[in-house]
Amino acid sequence: MAKINMLQAINDALTIAMETDDKAVIFGEDVGHFGGVFRATSGLQDKFGRDRCFNTPLTEQGIAGFANGLASNGMTAIAEIQFADYIFPAFDQIVNESAKFRYRSGNEFNVGGITYRTPYGGGIAGGHYHSQSPEAYFTQTPGLKVVVPRNAYQAKGLLLASIRDKNPVVFFEPKRLYRASVGEVPDEAYEIELGKAEVVQEGTDITVLAWGAQMEIVDEAAKMAAKKGISCEVIDLRTLAPWDVDTVAASVKKTGRLVINHEAPLTGGFAGEIAATIQQECFLYLESPISRVCGLDTPYPLIHEKEYMPDALKTFEAIKASMKY
Amino acid sequence: MSNATSNTETVHRVSFLDKDSLSIPILKILQADGTTFENAVLPVIDQDLAAKIYDTCVFTRVLDERMLAAQRQGRISFYMTCTGEEAAVVGSVAALDQDDVILAQYREHAAIRYRGFTTEQFMNQMFSNEKDLGKGRQMPIHYGCEALNYQTISSPLATQIPQATGVGYSLKMQGKRNVAICYFGEGAASEGDFHAGLNMAAVLNSPVIFFCRNNGYAISTPTNEQFAGNGIASRGVGYGMHTIRVDGNDMLAVMAATQQARAYALEHNKPVLIEAMTYRLGAHSSSDDPSGYRSKDEEAKWQQHDPVKRFKLWLINKGWLAESDDAAMYEKYREEVLAAVKVAEKLPAPGIDEIIEDVLDEPTPRLKQQLTELKQHIKKYPDSYPRSAGRD
Ligand SMILES: Cc1ncc(C[n+]2csc(CCOP(=O)(O)OP(=O)(O)O)c2C)c(N)n1
Repeated sequence: MAKINMLQAINDALTIAMETDDKAVIFGEDVGHFGGVFRATSGLQDKFGRDRCFNTPLTEQGIAGFANGLASNGMTAIAEIQFADYIFPAFDQIVNESAKFRYRSGNEFNVGGITYRTPYGGGIAGGHYHSQSPEAYFTQTPGLKVVVPRNAYQAKGLLLASIRDKNPVVFFEPKRLYRASVGEVPDEAYEIELGKAEVVQEGTDITVLAWGAQMEIVDEAAKMAAKKGISCEVIDLRTLAPWDVDTVAASVKKTGRLVINHEAPLTGGFAGEIAATIQQECFLYLESPISRVCGLDTPYPLIHEKEYMPDALKTFEAIKASMKY
Repeated sequence: MSNATSNTETVHRVSFLDKDSLSIPILKILQADGTTFENAVLPVIDQDLAAKIYDTCVFTRVLDERMLAAQRQGRISFYMTCTGEEAAVVGSVAALDQDDVILAQYREHAAIRYRGFTTEQFMNQMFSNEKDLGKGRQMPIHYGCEALNYQTISSPLATQIPQATGVGYSLKMQGKRNVAICYFGEGAASEGDFHAGLNMAAVLNSPVIFFCRNNGYAISTPTNEQFAGNGIASRGVGYGMHTIRVDGNDMLAVMAATQQARAYALEHNKPVLIEAMTYRLGAHSSSDDPSGYRSKDEEAKWQQHDPVKRFKLWLINKGWLAESDDAAMYEKYREEVLAAVKVAEKLPAPGIDEIIEDVLDEPTPRLKQQLTELKQHIKKYPDSYPRSAGRD
């Protein structure tokens, strides 16, 4: 097994998807010869030709609409949106079209063959427009799956599963981990089932839940807590829509406490949905209120990025507060 | 009459139009050697204006060279140059009135400089210090200044295009004798916002100049993968507006076209599209390496069309500039920029309270509470938050 970074793992998954499905097509801004601004698609045009891996004109609306057209007619569309911040011009095509194609036509047509890959998240000195985590906008849209991997191994297995899934998937890639996250990844194809959370670390005192790039941060917080004698059960949600209520509820029934961390602003963020569901499922087991460590209710700032971030220290404080409640 | 078209000719056998049916000439006034073409009609320009234009070009060159170096030294996080496109940007802004509203894409800092943005103001923005007009919230190069009628840059591409249509319309409604000018690249012209913005401007009679810098690339994507038609100019015609294509490396051609576009837009309350054919001599941004997608030969060829050199030769020919003055100008600006860097990088960052300002007109109670909690947290761990530690 080779040690590779997340970009290479994504490139691996895309290569396998293209080799095993001759209807698969990769497209987006700069993804052709250049390999994408982060190089996730590098070498694919050489391998699979310009008809199957190509640059599009600069229009996210067009990219998503084109994906809908391709997939509605039996192709596998793997579209890159250069930054998640720039997915909004495609919003209508994704939430009104990709998400509703099957339902509105009584399954006469569907666009299950689409995967939208897009780098998201901050911590890279990118300011408002290169840092957002817009997952919650999509989790509120029935008809889409939303997936966020946390490392190279997960990225390969989840991406392959997303591409082969029979539903449109928005696949958010944590860009600050693209090169930073290096790990052992099998050469061969494998899939990680969508809709399943993973218990990354077992513990008894409190459940700490996150996804994507924030997993590093909650891991660090759990280590800090361990030094204070607090045993954290750490869960990676992996798929946000549909999300794995059972795994999370089982954990919270065991520990009696829950801290949820995400980078997007607190208000309307996906943590709210989780908190509401879990307090309903686990009300009699809870020993403290479910708490959320999230971005502030402001646009993503540049200069105060460090302060804005729901970092390990803030998570550690929330864990302690929950224990002391 | 509904379904009105201006063309009443009928034919009786199938004949398609293609992109060559529309032949769009390119306006050129200045030759490579600094002389003007025979019969060329010059823009309105005198020695003072020419000097201001050239001064802006030199400043912009120096700024680009120094700030790219500063980025490589890790002093700023990001930079984008205007190099190679100075004539397009300065030639157009010099044809405007100071009160015409500018909506730029991001590669037009020469225009805000022309309007009077000081070297210090540039540095404050790039170093995100407490004097930055944008309060340190955006990445370097996202300038904006109300006093100079230059709207703050937004990174999402093309969003400024329909906005410019709205600005132009508002100028008309308010009875101002001004236009809006909107800059964008040929890449951004693929976005839906471009089509929405141009169509609305033409239909609603908005006095706006749509100025396309067609510089050959959108990051790595060359124009032949960006559009199949006859450039961006053909679309202006398609939307029913006055359109002109100019040599974007020819200061005088850009000026002449923009002066007349402005006069027309004002007189008729109508939009105009200008497509300036130029070349992005530098990388897309400081994060990009163009050697991955274009040849050195191609870049070298375009070096020979350097718009600043061409304009300089014209100034020398006219006796409005001496070679020795030129060297001194570069030297002066190099010193000025370096000195300003040193000052700006030492100024403190905006205070932590700024984090919740300007989200709405006033921070909500919930946001105030988030700030209070954040400050308490920072007090507990001052070493972990160096920008805000010890400062309220
Ligand atoms: C909506 C949106 N999509 C993608 C991007 C990323 N991006 C930034 S600049 C750029 C290329 C722009 O090319 P062009 O408009 O031709 O301008 P140039 O850089 O050549 O001046 C891209 C794709 C963005 N900023 N906004």
